[in-house]
Amino acid sequence: MQTIHASQVRPPFYRDERVLGVFSQVLVVVIVLGLGLFFFSNMISGLREKHAVAITFSFLGQTAGFDIGESLIEYSRERTYLRAFVVGLLNTFQVAVLGIVFATALGILIGVMRLSTNFLVNRIAAVYIDIFRNIPLLVLLIFWAQGVFLKLPRVADAIVLADSFYLSNRGVAIPWGIPTESWRTYLIVLGAGVIIGAALAYFLREHGKRTGRMPLVTLWFIITVAAVGLIGWIVLPQPLTLDIPSLEGFNTQGGIILSQQFLALLSGLIIYTAAFIAEVVRAGIQSVSKGQREAATALGLTPAQTLRLIIFPQALRVIIPPLTSQYLNLTKNSSLAIAIGYPDLFAVAGNTILNQTGREIEMFTMIMGTYLSLSLLTSILMNVYNRRIRLVER
Amino acid sequence: MKSMRKLNKVGMILSMVIGMIIAACMSPAAGPEVVESDEAAAPAMQETQSTLSIVQERGKLVCIGNSQLPGFGFLDSEGNFTGFDVDYCRAIAAAIFGDANALEVRPATARERFTILSSGEGDVIIRNTTWTMSRDTDLGMNFGPTTFYDGQGLMVRKELGVSTLDDLQGASVCVITGTTTELNLADQFAAAGVDYEAVVFEDFDQSFTAYEEGRCDAVTTDKSSLVSRQTTLSVPADHVILGVTLSKEPLGPAVRHGDDQWFDLVNWVVYATMLAEEHGIDSTNVDSFMGSDDPNIRKLLGLEGDFCAKVGISNAGCFVDVITEVGNYAEIYNRNLGPDTVFDLPRGLNSLYTDGGILYAPPIR
Repeated sequence: MQTIHASQVRPPFYRDERVLGVFSQVLVVVIVLGLGLFFFSNMISGLREKHAVAITFSFLGQTAGFDIGESLIEYSRERTYLRAFVVGLLNTFQVAVLGIVFATALGILIGVMRLSTNFLVNRIAAVYIDIFRNIPLLVLLIFWAQGVFLKLPRVADAIVLADSFYLSNRGVAIPWGIPTESWRTYLIVLGAGVIIGAALAYFLREHGKRTGRMPLVTLWFIITVAAVGLIGWIVLPQPLTLDIPSLEGFNTQGGIILSQQFLALLSGLIIYTAAFIAEVVRAGIQSVSKGQREAATALGLTPAQTLRLIIFPQALRVIIPPLTSQYLNLTKNSSLAIAIGYPDLFAVAGNTILNQTGREIEMFTMIMGTYLSLSLLTSILMNVYNRRIRLVER
Repeated sequence: MKSMRKLNKVGMILSMVIGMIIAACMSPAAGPEVVESDEAAAPAMQETQSTLSIVQERGKLVCIGNSQLPGFGFLDSEGNFTGFDVDYCRAIAAAIFGDANALEVRPATARERFTILSSGEGDVIIRNTTWTMSRDTDLGMNFGPTTFYDGQGLMVRKELGVSTLDDLQGASVCVITGTTTELNLADQFAAAGVDYEAVVFEDFDQSFTAYEEGRCDAVTTDKSSLVSRQTTLSVPADHVILGVTLSKEPLGPAVRHGDDQWFDLVNWVVYATMLAEEHGIDSTNVDSFMGSDDPNIRKLLGLEGDFCAKVGISNAGCFVDVITEVGNYAEIYNRNLGPDTVFDLPRGLNSLYTDGGILYAPPIR
């Protein structure tokens, strides 16, 4: 006798969950692909009408012909468009890296302050967050550039500190070391110092694991590297000479100049992003249950120790993912540099190069690809870190 | 449950395959029928819809202009666009519609102007635009007759005592991006062997603010623009425009490649203003020339021949409308840049060839 189970009765295909599932997926893919294809073929036919030229990147090898105000690598008008692109990229990279470091430091400080029981400290942090989080970044940047940095004294009346720091509305000139012939050797010595320090740290850590008494590994590492560095500095004939800026002609000469645009952009990004990071940090700290703090207090840890050893390691798990988005935002927001005259990737490539060559598709593909790579790189690094600090369950 | 998941996977792969097949069919290279419609649709549409007919259907001209440069293209306090370039927009509108106000000025930055024109968002660029070979070829522009012969100059503070390029060794120079000025500056300073710092901004306002605050020692752009912007500085007398000229800057209207009728129309409206000045015809006395016996004048005023029809305009008196509504070249110049304005710019090269300048319009014949 055969019994027929309810599940074996197949409903009509238009009510069959599985058929519908497959059908809807096919439909979505077709729509997405179709739309993508429409826009792509539209772009190609548009290009054909306008230029009758195919997409090509050969123009990157042509002479750029324009100057860029600040560059981390050697650049002049005789160099190629590609070189100019790299100059812009490095300028963006510089702002992004410095911005991330300082915004994190400031953000953590403000975030911790926000949780302080001291009324004044707490309020200052709250006001800071509420102000800077709620102003559009572009407005903040333009205010910073035109309202603050451009209002500094002119270069002829620059504020001079210790005869070597010049602060004017062109930027800050600070003394800087110029490498001499022995600089390369010194770098090798320094590298050797780091290796020795790392080896020592490894040995100390292993030793600590065996004996159960962990020495101050990081401190010993720093001491070793500093000692090797110092010995190298004394033995070698002056690896660096100090170049002190002075006022000559129209501008300060010597040292290095952190330009007004660079400072305005960097400080604007730091201040803005720090407000968001502060909130992320606060949320992370508050996510750690109250019992942890009470337990730490019961064990006799000081508030600072509690924060450093108990609260923060646990809060980090909550903090890192949203912090990563803030880092990505900062990197992408740096493209607003164009508004205040800093030659970042977008200003150089999306503006000047694009204008000289008229190659929108190629240039924007490169710019988008570059920002994407920068962001993915940041994400990967942060994900690796995130995995490291993950709570290890035993 | 497991079989269900498997089925889902099969569905996904299936949908991908189907999607790819459809994509392959739709791609211009693979599907013959699609290629046909794709290729045919665009150019055919372009041929039937000439720029002039688009403008006439719309009922107004869209002119890509400047809103930040007094004297050439400027949005005044009452919200009207005024200036030399804007008057040429008005002249084209007058020729087409008999009404100089059938016009919309679309303000654009130096960077975006060509893209706006290429994409069909505007009909003509009249925005102190320099005629260069790469713009003429690579960017797909056709440049009309030069309406204003300009040259790039440098403005500095008087107190610096600078008089030549060599005096600017080590200086910071404010410059506007997306313009030929950026390249000329690099070329000329390199040629003179002078080191400088380029501080690049996206528009006039920022560039001149930075200059006025002392961020830069000098600011560079076309001389006419320098004269124009000098009047907007807080103490214009503190600044001086150097005698040195960094480049040739022939400024004029530009249109898209590929519509010769429209290109001719723009050209001949500009020439008409020059010819009118040559014959002494202006907006006040144009009526008295209607009985003229001079064949040259009769042709210009549409009394003889059918020259407006040759550029696609049915109204035989299209140039008369230009002259009555906007005026001849001298009127346009004097109204915006002449002795009665704050700029008081000498005509120099921008005089008729008969007065020692280089304005030389071909005849209407």
